Amino acid sequence: MLQEIPPNYSYILSAIIFTIGAVGAITRRNAIVIFMSIELMLNAVNLLFIASGNAFASMDGTVFVFFVMTVAAVEAAVGLAIFVMVHRLKGSVNADEVNLLKG
Amino acid sequence: MVVMIPEMNFGWLIPEITIAVFAVITLLLSLLWKKGGLKPFLGVLPLIGAVVALYYTFHLWNGNLDLFNRLYTIDNFGTFFKAVSLIILILVILLSFRYVDREDIVVGEYYALLLFGTLGMMILVSSNNFITMFIGLEMMSISIYILCGLLAGNLKSVEASLKYFLLGAFATAFLLYGIALIYATTGTIDIREVATYVKGGGFLVTPTFMAGLALLIVGFGFKTASVPFHMWTPDVYEGAPTSITAYMATGVKAAAFGAFLRVLFTAFHPFFSGWTIMLWILAVATMTLGNITALKQDDVKRMLAYSSIAHAGYILIALAVGDRTLSSTVLYYLLVYSFMTIGAFAVVIIIGRKDSPNTGIESYAGLAGRHPVVAAVMAVFLFSLAGVPPLAGFMGKFYILTDAIRAGYYWLAIIGVLNSVVAAYYYLRVVMYMYFKEAQTDIGLPDFSVGSAVAIAISVWAVFHLGIFPRTFLMIAYKSSQIFM
Repeated sequence: MLQEIPPNYSYILSAIIFTIGAVGAITRRNAIVIFMSIELMLNAVNLLFIASGNAFASMDGTVFVFFVMTVAAVEAAVGLAIFVMVHRLKGSVNADEVNLLKG
Repeated sequence: MVVMIPEMNFGWLIPEITIAVFAVITLLLSLLWKKGGLKPFLGVLPLIGAVVALYYTFHLWNGNLDLFNRLYTIDNFGTFFKAVSLIILILVILLSFRYVDREDIVVGEYYALLLFGTLGMMILVSSNNFITMFIGLEMMSISIYILCGLLAGNLKSVEASLKYFLLGAFATAFLLYGIALIYATTGTIDIREVATYVKGGGFLVTPTFMAGLALLIVGFGFKTASVPFHMWTPDVYEGAPTSITAYMATGVKAAAFGAFLRVLFTAFHPFFSGWTIMLWILAVATMTLGNITALKQDDVKRMLAYSSIAHAGYILIALAVGDRTLSSTVLYYLLVYSFMTIGAFAVVIIIGRKDSPNTGIESYAGLAGRHPVVAAVMAVFLFSLAGVPPLAGFMGKFYILTDAIRAGYYWLAIIGVLNSVVAAYYYLRVVMYMYFKEAQTDIGLPDFSVGSAVAIAISVWAVFHLGIFPRTFLMIAYKSSQIFM
């Protein structure tokens, strides 16, 4: 018989994934890799929603995941369009070279 | 399992539906009218939509009910912020007529995205549920990401878009993780049920709950451009088209503060002692850093960006004080701030030209001699931003600082007053340039148009009216914040 995974395990896994994503988003220089790290963070959110929804036996968390996924897809579409636009003008999407505006 | 079909009462959603329908029509007509000479008239359509939606929003006043299984809420608080977003939208559209034409911005997408962004704001401020709130927030943010980059071929604008997109998506992830952690602790995504949970017995301040609250504050702090989550603000505000900068500095800020206020004062108010200190620090850092960095800016657009950070700090004072009976001052302040900021950006727009935005402070030298009216209205907006009586900016600051003193936050009030003294320097510097300096180069007369003249006139009137007769608006703001009682 399959043993149910204790919710705590999922919580810890989601925290680890979220941290990896956050660190990646801060340290990486390529805009596409930064965006991939952000997607990783969103997936950590999804995992947490699913796990806690399961623990509370409530549908709210599961429903939320659908919205997070949809919005992540929209963000990907818009983000890639912006990357293409930057690439056309600059020839790269490296965050280090995007420096016309002083921080 | 019995599935309950919620009552479908779309009558309460007329403002939102109007905006959505007009956005789609604008997008479609822009395709049909591409070749014809009707393009300049395309802006009239969203303007009509915004005015109609504003008219119906006034009818929502004093309506209090939940729609669609408590996913959407109609109350005075939401109605107030809806009206503010729509007023901002109307002013921005009026400013855009000439500007869009001058800068060769793709008209259809521009207006459609403005409308969709406003729709997002309206959803954001009228939901008591994290799902709807999140959808509204994203609808607003994604529209703005695109709008920032609409100056095609302009590297600065595209860079601003990229920066705002990456940092915005990053902040959204934080906000979502905050919501997820709160859900993991309380088991609900309805913010009023979170409040019941916090009030109820057996509530322990678990690390998950605290982390969730902190991440939520990070997410909203980013959207409202509070220090230390403000790094994107000056760059994005400088690179984006000026009309969009005005829209971001007012609309996005007002809507984000609306949602922030609702979440903090509804869901987490019983747990007030846990977050007041966080917001105290945030408010002081935001005011001080915003004002001090603004001092050394020579670019008026960038200076106004830092000034908008500083104003977020003043608003955070009221949030840190956390007195729910006094939260109406925030609403009043946001209204006042929107008018004076849009006015100042309107002047920046009409001073600019296609290939030279003329945002440097030296472009303002001798403006009073060349065009006394423009110089005078700019001076009114700058004095109001600095907080000089009898203008509206003074009343806004006065009420916020009075609240802080009344609640016993003396240090916060003192820091606020000191900050507005510092702020006076950089606002008055522009006035000094306009009136007492000789122009180095001739940049010609301001690029006036009927739309911008109307927008500036409305803003000037509002700055005087709200400053001299604040009572009516304070009463409206007071009634709006009654939902927290």
